[in-house]
Amino acid sequence: MTLDAHLESRIAGWRNYVSDRQVISSADIDEMEDHLREQISDFVSVGLTDDEAFLIAVGRMGGVDEISREFAQEHSDRLWKQLVLTPDADEKSGALRRPRELAVVLACALGAGLAVRAGVEWLTESALVRNAALLVLPFLTLYFAWKRGMGPGRTAALALPFAAAAVVLNAFPFEPGGVTEIIAAIHAPVALWFVVGAAYVGGDWRSHRRRMDFVRFTGEWAVYLALLALGGGVLMGLTAGAFSALGIDVEPFFEQWILPFGPAGAIVVAAWLVEAKQQVVENIAPVLTRVFTPITIVMLAALFVAVIASRSVVTVDRDLLILMDLILVLVLGLLLYSISARDPHAAPDVFDLLQVVLIAAALAVDLLMLTAMATRIAEFGVTANKVTALGLNLVLMVNLVWAARLGVSFLRGRAGFAAVERWQTRYLPVYCGWAVLAAVAIPPLFRFV
Amino acid sequence: MFIEKDLVAASATPLVLGILAEGESYGYAIIKRVNELSQGQMQWTDGMLYPLLHRLERAGHVSATWRVADNGRRRKHYALTDAGRNVLAERAAQWTVVADALQQVWQSAQLPPTAAATGWS
Repeated sequence: MTLDAHLESRIAGWRNYVSDRQVISSADIDEMEDHLREQISDFVSVGLTDDEAFLIAVGRMGGVDEISREFAQEHSDRLWKQLVLTPDADEKSGALRRPRELAVVLACALGAGLAVRAGVEWLTESALVRNAALLVLPFLTLYFAWKRGMGPGRTAALALPFAAAAVVLNAFPFEPGGVTEIIAAIHAPVALWFVVGAAYVGGDWRSHRRRMDFVRFTGEWAVYLALLALGGGVLMGLTAGAFSALGIDVEPFFEQWILPFGPAGAIVVAAWLVEAKQQVVENIAPVLTRVFTPITIVMLAALFVAVIASRSVVTVDRDLLILMDLILVLVLGLLLYSISARDPHAAPDVFDLLQVVLIAAALAVDLLMLTAMATRIAEFGVTANKVTALGLNLVLMVNLVWAARLGVSFLRGRAGFAAVERWQTRYLPVYCGWAVLAAVAIPPLFRFV
Repeated sequence: MFIEKDLVAASATPLVLGILAEGESYGYAIIKRVNELSQGQMQWTDGMLYPLLHRLERAGHVSATWRVADNGRRRKHYALTDAGRNVLAERAAQWTVVADALQQVWQSAQLPPTAAATGWS
C-alpha cells in the first residue's frame, strides 16, 4: 500500500505540528506516525478516501495538547529542559517576566553581596565563617520563591529554618577555634541547602521528580559556580597584576569589596544561569560523569592496593576518616549526577556496569580502611570529629550499599531504572537530617569544644 | 455505548498488560486488540496509549525494543517483563473482586432492561 504525495505532505504537516511540543521527542513521534500510517491504510483498505482516512486517524489520535500533557507528566525530565517549570507561566507573562527576572537576580546577588560585606565589617572572622551560608542562601531562596511564585505566606515559612539556624549558630557557646564550631559551620550550609531546595521545587518537595530536578540543579549549579570562580580568579589576577605594574596597590579594595561581593553574587548568578541556560550544561553533565567515573575507579583501585600494602602504617586515623568520607561524597556525587543526567528509558549499558563497579570499589576501600582503623578508633575514645566522620560514613555507606544492590538488579533486568532513581530521591531527607543532627546535637554533646 | 472516561483510564493498565501477556506487540496492534476485545465499544484516544506504555516501561513492567517492520519503518515493540507479569496477576485479582461484587449487585438490583442487556459481560 503506497500513500500518495498529497497524503505524505499531510502526514508531514501533522508531524511538524506535533514536534512543536518539545516534550514529545522525535522517537515518540516516529512511534505515533507509524500508528497513524497503519490506521490510515486500514481505513483506506475498507474504502475510505485518503483524506477521510487521514482526518479520522488524526482525530482518533487525540488532541495534541492533551497528549503532550500526558507526555509531560511521564517525561518531566524533558519538561525540565524546556524551561516551563512554572505551570502558569504562559507566553505573555513569560515575556514580561524575563527582563524583570534579570532585575530580581541582580537584586538578590547584590543583597547577598551587601550581607557578606556587612558581615566582613561587623562580625569576627569565626562568626563570619559560621554565618556565611546565612548571609547568602536566604537571597538564593528568595529568588526561587519569587521564580516559582510561592506567595508571601509560604516564602515567610522558608525564613523559619534560617532563623532557627541563626539562633543555633550564634547562641551556642562555641569554644573559640574548637572542633564542634567547625563541624556546625560545615553542616549548617548543607542543611540550609535543602531549604533552597524547598524553594527550588516550589514547595512541592514530596514529589520525587522534583527532588531529582533539584539534584540535577545542584550538580549543574556546582559546574557553573566552578566556571565562574575560575573566570573570576583569572580576571582578578590579571587586574591585580596590571595595577601593581602601574604601582597602584589594589589589594585593600579587593579584600573589602570584590571578595565579599564576588562569591556571594556568583552563587546567585550561577543558580540563575542554570535556570536560563539549562541545555548548555545538559550536554556537559553526562560527559563529565563519563570522564570521571572510570578515572575515579582507577583512583580507588590504586588506593585499595595502597591500603593493603601499608596496612600497619595506618596511623593518621582522623584525617584518613575525613578523607574517606570525602571520597564517598565524591562517589555519591558522581552517582547522583549521572542518575539525574541519564535517560531513564535507556536499557542498561556499559556505563551502568561501570557505576556499579565504582560503588563496589568505593565500598571496598571504605570497609578496608574502617577495619584497618577499628582498633585505633576504639583506643582513643570518642571525639566530636570521630563521631561526625563515622556517622557520615554510615549515612553514605547505607546509601551506596543499597544503590549497588539496585544497580545490580537493574543490570540484570530485574528492576527498572525508576527503582534506582527513587532510592536516591527518597534518601535525600536523610542527608538533611544528618546535617541538622551534626550541627545541632554534636556541639552540645561534646560541650562545644 | 459511551463508557465513562475514568473507567477507561482505570482499566487501561491491566488491559495493556493483559494484551502483552498474550505476546509481544506494538502500539497500533494493541489498540486494534482492545477494539476486538470490547467489540469496538471501548474507544481509546489512540495517542494516550503511548505515554501509558512509556510509564509502564519506566516502572519496569514492560520492556521495549525498536525493530524494523515489514514495510521498512521503525517500530517500537513492547513485551511484558517478569515484574509486569506479577503486576498483572495482582491487578487481575483486584478486578475479579470488583467484577464479582458488581455482578452480585447487578443481580440483586432491579436494573432497567437496556442497561442490563448492554452491561458488562
